[in-house]
Amino acid sequence: MTGKRTWDVLIVGAGAVGAACAYYATAAGLTVAVVERGHVAGGTTGAGEGNLLVSDKRPGPELDLALLSLRLWQDLAAELPDVLEYEPKGGLVVAPTPDGLRDLHRFAEGQQACGVQWEPVPPERLREAEPHLAEGLAGGVLYPQDAQVQPALAAAWLLRCARRSGADLFLGTEVTGMLRGPDGSVRGVRTDREGDLAAGAVVNAAGTWGGRIAELAGVALPVLPRRGFVLVTEPLPPLVRHKVYAADYVADVSSGAADLQSSAVVESTAAGPVLVGASRERVGFDRSPAPAVLRRLAAQAIALFPMLAGVQVIRSYRGFRPYLPDHLPAIGPDPRAPGLYHACGHEGAGIGLAPATGLTLARLLTGRPTEVDASAFRPERFPADGLPADGLPIDGAPADGLPADGSTPDRPTSLAPEVR
Amino acid sequence: MTRDPIRLVRALPEPAFEFTFDGAPVPALPGQSIAAALWASGRLSWRRTRQQGAPRGAFCGMGVCFDCLVVADGRPNVRACLAPARPGGEVATQEGVGHAEQAH
Repeated sequence: MTGKRTWDVLIVGAGAVGAACAYYATAAGLTVAVVERGHVAGGTTGAGEGNLLVSDKRPGPELDLALLSLRLWQDLAAELPDVLEYEPKGGLVVAPTPDGLRDLHRFAEGQQACGVQWEPVPPERLREAEPHLAEGLAGGVLYPQDAQVQPALAAAWLLRCARRSGADLFLGTEVTGMLRGPDGSVRGVRTDREGDLAAGAVVNAAGTWGGRIAELAGVALPVLPRRGFVLVTEPLPPLVRHKVYAADYVADVSSGAADLQSSAVVESTAAGPVLVGASRERVGFDRSPAPAVLRRLAAQAIALFPMLAGVQVIRSYRGFRPYLPDHLPAIGPDPRAPGLYHACGHEGAGIGLAPATGLTLARLLTGRPTEVDASAFRPERFPADGLPADGLPIDGAPADGLPADGSTPDRPTSLAPEVR
Repeated sequence: MTRDPIRLVRALPEPAFEFTFDGAPVPALPGQSIAAALWASGRLSWRRTRQQGAPRGAFCGMGVCFDCLVVADGRPNVRACLAPARPGGEVATQEGVGHAEQAH
């Protein structure tokens, strides 16, 4: 054999987003190769909870993408029955105080106009929805569209489907450079183990490491890691029915100086263990254990579900959310490097947003109209000085009363579970 | 002569004691884990998996795999490989997740 191997699309990264890109690109008739430095779901996908949420998203482009994605997950779960651990269990957001409940209702009313379904749960009905919830909560909101998958399984099955449709998968293969056409456009990648892999387009689905792939193509994409821990309990009978989290948000948003923000997100899994997230810290790629963070998560979870106090935690894991300064992913072609497309920077929502991202990208690659307006996800929206067009600081530095975590002030940040 | 680990390291353990496993007496030495004592008594498997009913005992033997779970003195999900045997202790086979009384 001589000559370079060639595909229509070469996808860098075999997490949920890369797998979904491969799935929808092959479905669109493109030939696809996926190159992954580690193994399938070995990065942030394997370190999340598999949350598919609309409840935490304010009206805007991310919510539109999430609503599309939730519909696509439904289709995928029907196509791949019983293997994704797909559970359309619904989300329950609870408010400890009447003020918090009022904010929560206002937030939900805003979402409703975009297609989010919700229903108020008065305090006396909370225990019907969740029998083990703490007493004394002011009320909550039930979001029936929220769902869950097992993220590593989901990524693996999407890739399996893509391979059945002819996609090639190169694991343990690191991208070390970009191949360029005569006009300078990106025409494939150089790898450490598979040599040169040529392609009509390269998709950067490297998640938290997406900035490095962009850099290899000579462009800047300010993806930064935001660490989150998840506690795993011993297997339990089904005690927690929904995805449950607290809307007690203003405190950790407004305390901008704190490195650590955390709010409990509690859910059971098909296998039995209850998962407790979610913390967030900007500490680079530090993987060392952080008992103080774990203690705080545990205490917050027990505040929601007192019965968890008697339950053992059997392990914890941590991951690094790929976040971009305006909390929106980068999806689409990069005009600064023709041939390069991005599908990364989904912060804590990557599993939920993966199918819509993959479908959108497949449409863009084949020159067809997208189902949602992808202009907000333009990868070149971050100017070189680090300030995106809407003025949010690139590294979350406080500016004009903005929370230090870079979240927008009208977004209830603890409504946003961190490791989703 | 059998290669008894106690002789190999010339150990001088304190006197043996007994705990019960599902009501049956099991001899143990001070410092021995529940799993080691169960093994020494000829029991290699003491739990079945929740979904498939496959037999499980001490697999990793060092607290990582959570295969060797028992109910020890009423507490479920105790790793037999880490928990020391205790004189008069009551160890029982764990059924399912061991929290059956909380199911609803």
